Amino acid sequence: MKDIDLSDYKFTGLPAVTVENLNSLEASDKNQMLMAGVDVEEAGRSGTYLSIDQAGSHCSARVEGVEILDIKQALAKYDGLPGHFWKLIDPDKDKYTKSAAENLHGGYFIKTAKGAKIAEPVQSCLFLKTDGAGQNVHNVIVVEDDSELHIITGCSVAHGSKGAAHLGISEFFIGKNASLTFSMIHNWAETSVVRPRSAGVVAAGGVFLNNYVLLKSVKDLQMYPSIDLAGEGAVARFNSVMVAPKGSYVDNGSRILLNAANTRGEMIARTIASGGDIVARGFIGGHAAPSKGHLECRGLILGGGTIHAVPELMATVDGVELSHEAAVGKIARREIEYLMSRGLTEDEATSTIVRGFLNVDIMGLPGKLKDVIDQTIAETEKDMF
Amino acid sequence: MLHIEDLHVSIGEKEVLSGIDLHIGENETFILFGPNGSGKTTLLMTLMGLGGLRVTRGRVLFRGTDITRAPIHERSRLGIGMSFQRPPTIHGLTTRRMVDLCAQGRETNVDALAGMVNMSDFLDRDVNSGFSGGEIKRSELLQLMAQRPRLVLFDEPESGVDLENMKLIGRTVREMLDGTLSVEPASSMKERKTKRQTSGLIITHTGYILEYINADRGQVLYNGHLCCEANPREILDHVGKFGYQECVRCLGSGDPGELSRIIA
Repeated sequence: MKDIDLSDYKFTGLPAVTVENLNSLEASDKNQMLMAGVDVEEAGRSGTYLSIDQAGSHCSARVEGVEILDIKQALAKYDGLPGHFWKLIDPDKDKYTKSAAENLHGGYFIKTAKGAKIAEPVQSCLFLKTDGAGQNVHNVIVVEDDSELHIITGCSVAHGSKGAAHLGISEFFIGKNASLTFSMIHNWAETSVVRPRSAGVVAAGGVFLNNYVLLKSVKDLQMYPSIDLAGEGAVARFNSVMVAPKGSYVDNGSRILLNAANTRGEMIARTIASGGDIVARGFIGGHAAPSKGHLECRGLILGGGTIHAVPELMATVDGVELSHEAAVGKIARREIEYLMSRGLTEDEATSTIVRGFLNVDIMGLPGKLKDVIDQTIAETEKDMF
Repeated sequence: MLHIEDLHVSIGEKEVLSGIDLHIGENETFILFGPNGSGKTTLLMTLMGLGGLRVTRGRVLFRGTDITRAPIHERSRLGIGMSFQRPPTIHGLTTRRMVDLCAQGRETNVDALAGMVNMSDFLDRDVNSGFSGGEIKRSELLQLMAQRPRLVLFDEPESGVDLENMKLIGRTVREMLDGTLSVEPASSMKERKTKRQTSGLIITHTGYILEYINADRGQVLYNGHLCCEANPREILDHVGKFGYQECVRCLGSGDPGELSRIIA
């Protein structure tokens, strides 16, 4: 992991901005947010949280059964959130967690009521607007027993950003037979440095589905969220799609710990280096039986760059079943020829394969967001072949 | 339709096809026999223009155009379609989308076509992902139905297929060759007759496909040479009774020098 000198960024003193009406945002900011999954029209959303630079800017819940607060409000309202705040992550873990612990700017607290099935996603955006800004956010997500929630969270910088640092703590608590789908869309710039620190715990019968999409450049991003399947029958699945254009350095992995009987973990990561560098990690630890885990990591190098796949499996008791599949390289010639035999030119065939490779249908994202992602893929494709 | 003249093809340093001459006419179905490793699949791959092969001599004309060195997609657009024996899975590309791509912009009723080859439940799955032998054949047929080639190259339509699927596949191949494939049930026999027929070049080991299609010409490919032109059923009978080597001896051209070179 590369070191980031936090003194290069301003972590204090930026003005707080309140946004009553999301539509009043500047057009270019709106567009950047849209590319990070945030729809200012809030069509088909159960609520919105927006943080700009160093303070919460907008917070609204539109349906019963889900509470959305700025983290500072939540800490005040719930006596410092003793059961949830800094419970899964050690504030002294590294300098990034320390920075977030010492100087909290914002972040969201999202909590469902027991048994509440929230049909439409809650959206959030952590936005860096000012050049040189450093942002410390801390998010707490509590999905109570028997409830269901989908969060779409976008992180983005303003168009033309000359540099920004995002340090984000996220803690997930998924209750018994509860389900959280957490879809994160990153929309950074070639000058952004990013250090999310995430951990979650899933109770018996709970499900955590994590989707991650990174299609744009980022200067330096490192994260390794960890999920503890603590209750019997809990399930975690990570789907990641990442592209690293020239100048990008992405070190991203996920860790699933099978800590109870009948738990299942699955990771599927698809990465493309188109000039940049990717480290694609994955760790599944089987510490209770019976349990199952599968890790799949596919990487293509299209137009330079490096991919370093680091899949890890660890079993510490009898009766654990873990497997992994990793493949890094180029598009198989026979796939291209197969499509050409149906009448596609070589470029059309390559493009079709790349789009399939980056396909996010499995993530169940809203149609408008999927369209934006498809459009972004079409744009990034130009650097690939 | 297809003229192959003195075609020599090598894989690496090894010559696999050694002077193939073959003519397949409009609407004609030609059956290719031959033992494993005789070069049958190589011939089909050469006609489609797939990689890893080197044409060292001769040429291939298709509908008057020299396609010996044409890229794959140009051959496809000229009207050559191939059913792959072991097609690759393409992740994230559904069978439905694939069939759409095959239609090359022509309006196509994908659902109706899929219904004809019992592939409706596979349309939203990634193409070829986890497909069984029979499912691969039906998927390939479905794609060809949308592609509407003028010459179909079919590598062992019966391999890995159970009897029930064989019937469906056999019937569909016949309709494709006869030009009677139609998703509009109302079309009359007269209308069907006027539909465009398709030529075929089919490789078979078992000959099961012959029970379904009308094919009156066949040949054996042996050690990279074509020989023994006869009625396909006759060839099949001889091979069944005496094996390929005997078959070559018996049906050979009569030139002893030619024969000894073929079976060497």
